[in-house]
Amino acid sequence: MDTIHACFKEKIGEVLLPGDVFSFRLPESGDGSIKSEKIICGPGLRRNGEEVRVCKSGILRHKQPNMYWIDSQQRRYVPAKGESVIGIVTTKSGDVFKVDVGGSEQASLSYLAFEGATKRNRPNVQVGDLVYGQFTIANKDMEPELVCIDSCGRANGMGVFGADGLLFKVSLGLVRRLLAPQSEIIKDLEKIFPFELVVGMNGRVWVKAKTVQQTLIVTNLLETSENMTSQQRQTLFKRVAEGSL
Amino acid sequence: MSIMMELDRGCSNLREYGNEQSLLSKPDGSSTFVQGDTSILAGVYGPAEVKVSKEIYDRATVEVLIQPKMGLPGVRERAREQCARETCEAALLLTLHPRSSVTVILQFGSLSNCQLPSCCLNATCMALMDAGLPMSHLFCSVTCAISKDGQIITDPTALQEKESRALLTFAIDSVEHNVLMSSTKGSFSLQELQRCIAISQRASEQIFQFYRESVKR
Repeated sequence: MDTIHACFKEKIGEVLLPGDVFSFRLPESGDGSIKSEKIICGPGLRRNGEEVRVCKSGILRHKQPNMYWIDSQQRRYVPAKGESVIGIVTTKSGDVFKVDVGGSEQASLSYLAFEGATKRNRPNVQVGDLVYGQFTIANKDMEPELVCIDSCGRANGMGVFGADGLLFKVSLGLVRRLLAPQSEIIKDLEKIFPFELVVGMNGRVWVKAKTVQQTLIVTNLLETSENMTSQQRQTLFKRVAEGSL
Repeated sequence: MSIMMELDRGCSNLREYGNEQSLLSKPDGSSTFVQGDTSILAGVYGPAEVKVSKEIYDRATVEVLIQPKMGLPGVRERAREQCARETCEAALLLTLHPRSSVTVILQFGSLSNCQLPSCCLNATCMALMDAGLPMSHLFCSVTCAISKDGQIITDPTALQEKESRALLTFAIDSVEHNVLMSSTKGSFSLQELQRCIAISQRASEQIFQFYRESVKR
């Protein structure tokens, strides 16, 4: 139990580069019994036979009981199953929409994958619309597929949206921070003025506030809060809140 | 996020070099690398869409484009592009992104011609790291010049390069210090080649240390 975890533990919180290796040699115990331990390697770590190699540069993080992953900064999105993203409809060909999600390939979205859609009752989706959906199929070998309903057939917030408002792109790290359960950035932003926010895991964020100016203010605040510490952010938000009132 | 490092005159005698990452907003990863007088800006896009004629069914397609400071790219740039592309293909985990493309664009920032291939490869490696592309190991590049009296100089200046009998460039990987790519010009003996490789491997450790510190910012 201890050898493998000890190897990782000494590097938690450290910056690792691709090519760094964790190699494990099981100690020979006297009675010949080997305890098997299970470790979950997350993004950035790859198993190479008997060793684990780092393949992205970043900080090693740990979550109890046995999950390790590399926290890296990235701008490019790679589709993964189950993630909810904002896509832009690019073409309508027959029964399938092609949606740009920012990855290496366009995702396909069937017209039946909307709530209440049947062959007679087609959803009202035009080219250029914004769509919020989830990936059902997303691996490196196949074209990704989106759906706008959950497993029970309900929309649950997904589907076409965005009659007004502004769509912009941020880095994936900021998106993960916004989607965390108790996100401080969102809490601080709520205090300034009310607005609607849709966050896609592909780095796309859609914002709508009462006036165009407020929308632009929220956009700028989100884009700049990427590189700021929380203190700097709070002082900036306070200044903006006082300025707008 | 920029770091300038002055290395003391140890066994490898490398000159000062500097690096800055994430300075361009449009590419997925970018970096500049400054080595002495030579500076190169690298931008990486990937994994992105690829034309059907260029796609490979089980791995990503790597494209390298080199733009000199003045004039149009010529045959020399194409040769360097090939060296850079083969080194990238060895280091990146391309099978994780089949049917997509990784594009590296290099722009020369200075007119100085010394150590261009080395600087290109170092800038490429830092930009690939900045873009978050999965790599099995890092690589760095070292240039050696053999002067007319048989002395081996690492990190030569433009003057030393012109007066040298042979010029060798190696790309070295970070895990086992193997030679990934070698490009040589001039005549030299087998022993000199082996000595150059040994010296480059030692110099590459300094460069990897520099990578590590510049990423830690």
